[in-house]
Amino acid sequence: MNLDVFFFYAFTTLALGGGLLAITRRSAVHAAIALMVSLLGVAGLYLQLQAEFLFVSQIIIYIGGILLLFLFVIMLVNLDAGKGLRQFHKNWPLGAAVTALTGIALAVLLSRAQLPPAQQMPSTGNVELVADTLFQDYLVPFEVASLLLLVAVVGSVLLARKRA
Amino acid sequence: MISTMHYVAVSLAMLLIGTVGLLTRRNIVIILMSIELILNAVNINLVAFSKHHGNAAGQVFAIFVIAVAVAEAAVGLGILLALYRNRETVQVDEIDLLKW
Repeated sequence: MNLDVFFFYAFTTLALGGGLLAITRRSAVHAAIALMVSLLGVAGLYLQLQAEFLFVSQIIIYIGGILLLFLFVIMLVNLDAGKGLRQFHKNWPLGAAVTALTGIALAVLLSRAQLPPAQQMPSTGNVELVADTLFQDYLVPFEVASLLLLVAVVGSVLLARKRA
Repeated sequence: MISTMHYVAVSLAMLLIGTVGLLTRRNIVIILMSIELILNAVNINLVAFSKHHGNAAGQVFAIFVIAVAVAEAAVGLGILLALYRNRETVQVDEIDLLKW
């Protein structure tokens, strides 16, 4: 078997299996660990797609940042109280039906899709390419994103601080 | 041979996993995790098509999506902490003050 194919299916199994575990676990800590497996699988898929910069940012930002934030909040909030309760709310068949409908519609669309012929990436390195695109074509959105992050920092501090 | 459609299929499956978690779970923390799964599905799609078209713009958009995901997670978890302090619960169907 081709190594490329093998790694694709290995990373896909990690990503989808971790995702499935994350939404079905009773304990939030277990769900966070499963989410980490899923995010690692997605990072591997980025590597398969020759997006090395995103591979590294995925691991640093998602696993080192967002997941750590989740674990901190799980420690601050007493989630064990909810462990014995129902995990799915009583309208769950409706949610599952909506998801199934969406899935069927998108799968039908995908099966009819006609992709244009694939093109080659320029032969410069991936980080260089991403940096060129980011700082030449998308400089203004980049600055707006930094503003968004500033607002998010101020907002989350305001929301989470103790009221006097 | 792995084609772009394979990646799009993975992305679709991940989107559906995230959606079903978002719509059926009661625990807010798990719901926020489902949103992260959905955003990751979008990112796989963007990067796959970026490679297909030989254009790095898709990867740049994926970086923006990651930035938005970070902001969303920070604010969402801040709201969750404030909510927990006031209501002592993280089950979404018990938080219905504005519903009825």
